[in-house]
Amino acid sequence: MAEQALAGIRVLDLCQMVAGPYCAKLLGDLGAEVTKIEPPGSGDMARQRAPFVGDQPHPDRSLLFLYVNTSKKGITLDVSKPGGMKLLELLAKDTDILLHDYQPAQAAAVGLQYERFRAVNPALVMVALTPFGSTGPYKDFKAYPLNTFHAGGEGYLTPAGAQYLDRPPVRVGKYVGEYSAGLSATIAILGALYWQRITGQGQFVDVSKQEALISLNPIELNRYPNHNMVASRASRVTSYGGIMPCKDGYVELSLYEDHEWEALVKLMGEPAWTREEKYKDRPARVANGLELNRRIAEWSSQQSKADIVPRGQALGCPIGPYNTTKEVCDSEQMRARGFFKELSHPVAGTFAYPTAAYHFSHTPWQAQGPAPLLGEHNDEVYGKRLGLSQKALDSLREDNVI
Amino acid sequence: MPDARKKPLAGIRVTDFTWAIAGPYATTMLSYFGAEVIKIESRRRLDITRTVVHPITKKFPDPDESPAHIDFNHNKYAVTLNIQHPAARDIAKRMAQVSDVVVENFRPGVLARLGLDYKVLATLRPDLIMLSTSTMGQTGPKSGIVGYAPLFAAESGLGEMTGYPDRPPGQVRLTVDAMSALSNTFTIMAALHYRASTGKGQYIDESSTEVVSALLGDSLLDYTANGRVQTRSVNRDENGAPHNCYRCAGQDRWISIVVHTDEEWKALRETMGEPAWAAEPRFATTAGRRAYEAELDKHIEAWTVQFDAYDLMHRLQEAGVAAVPSFSSEDLFTDPHLIERGLAHVLEQPKLGALIIQSPPWKLAATPPTIDRHAPLLGEHNPYVMKELLGMSDLDVKRLEEQGVFT
Repeated sequence: MAEQALAGIRVLDLCQMVAGPYCAKLLGDLGAEVTKIEPPGSGDMARQRAPFVGDQPHPDRSLLFLYVNTSKKGITLDVSKPGGMKLLELLAKDTDILLHDYQPAQAAAVGLQYERFRAVNPALVMVALTPFGSTGPYKDFKAYPLNTFHAGGEGYLTPAGAQYLDRPPVRVGKYVGEYSAGLSATIAILGALYWQRITGQGQFVDVSKQEALISLNPIELNRYPNHNMVASRASRVTSYGGIMPCKDGYVELSLYEDHEWEALVKLMGEPAWTREEKYKDRPARVANGLELNRRIAEWSSQQSKADIVPRGQALGCPIGPYNTTKEVCDSEQMRARGFFKELSHPVAGTFAYPTAAYHFSHTPWQAQGPAPLLGEHNDEVYGKRLGLSQKALDSLREDNVI
Repeated sequence: MPDARKKPLAGIRVTDFTWAIAGPYATTMLSYFGAEVIKIESRRRLDITRTVVHPITKKFPDPDESPAHIDFNHNKYAVTLNIQHPAARDIAKRMAQVSDVVVENFRPGVLARLGLDYKVLATLRPDLIMLSTSTMGQTGPKSGIVGYAPLFAAESGLGEMTGYPDRPPGQVRLTVDAMSALSNTFTIMAALHYRASTGKGQYIDESSTEVVSALLGDSLLDYTANGRVQTRSVNRDENGAPHNCYRCAGQDRWISIVVHTDEEWKALRETMGEPAWAAEPRFATTAGRRAYEAELDKHIEAWTVQFDAYDLMHRLQEAGVAAVPSFSSEDLFTDPHLIERGLAHVLEQPKLGALIIQSPPWKLAATPPTIDRHAPLLGEHNPYVMKELLGMSDLDVKRLEEQGVFT
């Protein structure tokens, strides 16, 4: 096995659902030793989330759970039980990162506080990844992924177009806000870890998903405080180009520069109308954008995206297909880059998973294994790592601590 | 000046060849942790963020005054180099030699033609970390494609997964560039850790399309495991109902409301004043509410539309219901929570004076990420880099200037 970038880093993942688990998975896929801690009994709530493999509801068949929990060991622990927090302290002793997603009131209720863990391990980086962060008036507000996404500013702007104002604004993708927040948190974590490496000092890291999402769109959002300009779906206008219908789906046409327009004209077979005065330069095309888009759409709706995308690209026209999930999975590009790799899970079976968007020359991505079963590594972690006796383990089981 | 003792990446230098967003935003994020980032630009082809039409004046800005450039390039140094000139390429090599990290987003193959690819630079600096970020990666049949953010959002599957099922897919723009930037920052920092452990640098080939596809992982698995092709579903989720945004009083005002449990449904009913429709048995379970979701949403919206979005958030949160407005930019920058959290950062920008950008989005208690510098003017740090960093004399610089190396 090749070396891994984060080998030797120990992570405790005390999170559920998407953002926290995804963050820990990203670290695990790069070689960190991640131990996922789940409540005994039902485990991570994501285990109950549909869709399931074969549409058979089962805690080890949730696709969401399977995706965001690769490269982890799994243990059970009830931190609210007497003895539970003590065990967590023991685990934190030789851990680099403790990542949790308890909102402040919940964290206080179970005693999940930085001071306590610093006393046990001053080098520990303790990270709280929560909807609104660890301070401020909304810190304990309840927010599911949809709420968190709409708290971040991009929901209000989606989808682009004044024609949609009679309908609700929508999320981008499905759990994309959560995944993005998890990805953003890895940066804060590695920053704190680098400091730990230099100084031996840990610290508390507070990541608000809302703020992580706001940071994804400074261009539009920052115009309010500087120019008093409030972006909306109506203000998101594509002057010309954009989404175009085809016989077999849709394509995206990004036409910013003159040579890109010229490439499109060629792709369309240089119809006479493209030479009309009203399309002669960019300002003219912007002014007549609606009519221009109608004419482009008349042409594109007679075409197939499979045909015009490669031909357009060869001419230098920024054109791309709106791919379905099937088209992404079947894409030659993804295959050539090995973006999907099969993983075998004892209950869920074998199928292809997305791997990573980055190829490291020395430390390639490699899943350390499929998502764990509930409590799969209890014996290994509590027995071998902490050195608890079989008797002690049995008693913890009886008391439903693990 | 920043306190270097509180900066994890103090002493790390980054040479940044990138433009637009996915590269520049990534290196700005590194700078928040103390890295010294030097961006290489050219007057011959300006970074597009320096030239986008100004949102208010609708004119092309002075390249030093473009808001988009400032949003993504504050906290850096900048030099101008005409990379077509052999002497400029030599300077770029010398900059790489004194750097820990090089980041680039030319179209795949361009840097190799210029003789500045990883193979060459790693001979000068063996422990160099170099990252290339591009639309579809450095390899594969589509590696050379041209495209902006909406295009790779479309390629990745995200567009098809965004919007209303009875309308075309949703165009997703800037945020996917920023997602790519996050991924780039993450991988560079991971490579820095590896280097700190082993002394070895490495090369990273990133695909922006794949960054976004990875954020759809569970939906992609529904195809690879079940053969099911998911598509856009507004705001809905098969695991809960209501699960949508609902109109509130005022113009284009909305609140997101999500119910997953029986307690939450009860709390919502009570807050609505126990209307008769909500007591109907068909709305009693998640499955029932899912089956009649269009009707459910109409009923709820008839209630929400009477109220201010903020007032409703407070009422519903008090009752234990997950409800948050779909915040506009005005909401975000005037919101008491985000004011207390310090979202707005005042940047003193030459030529423009004080303006507002966002503070770094993470709070590290011992080593807070900070913004210590304005967005660089074009070529502002040519003297610093050429003289202090590379040790050129005034005469050297003058001679190169006359040859057009710094254009």
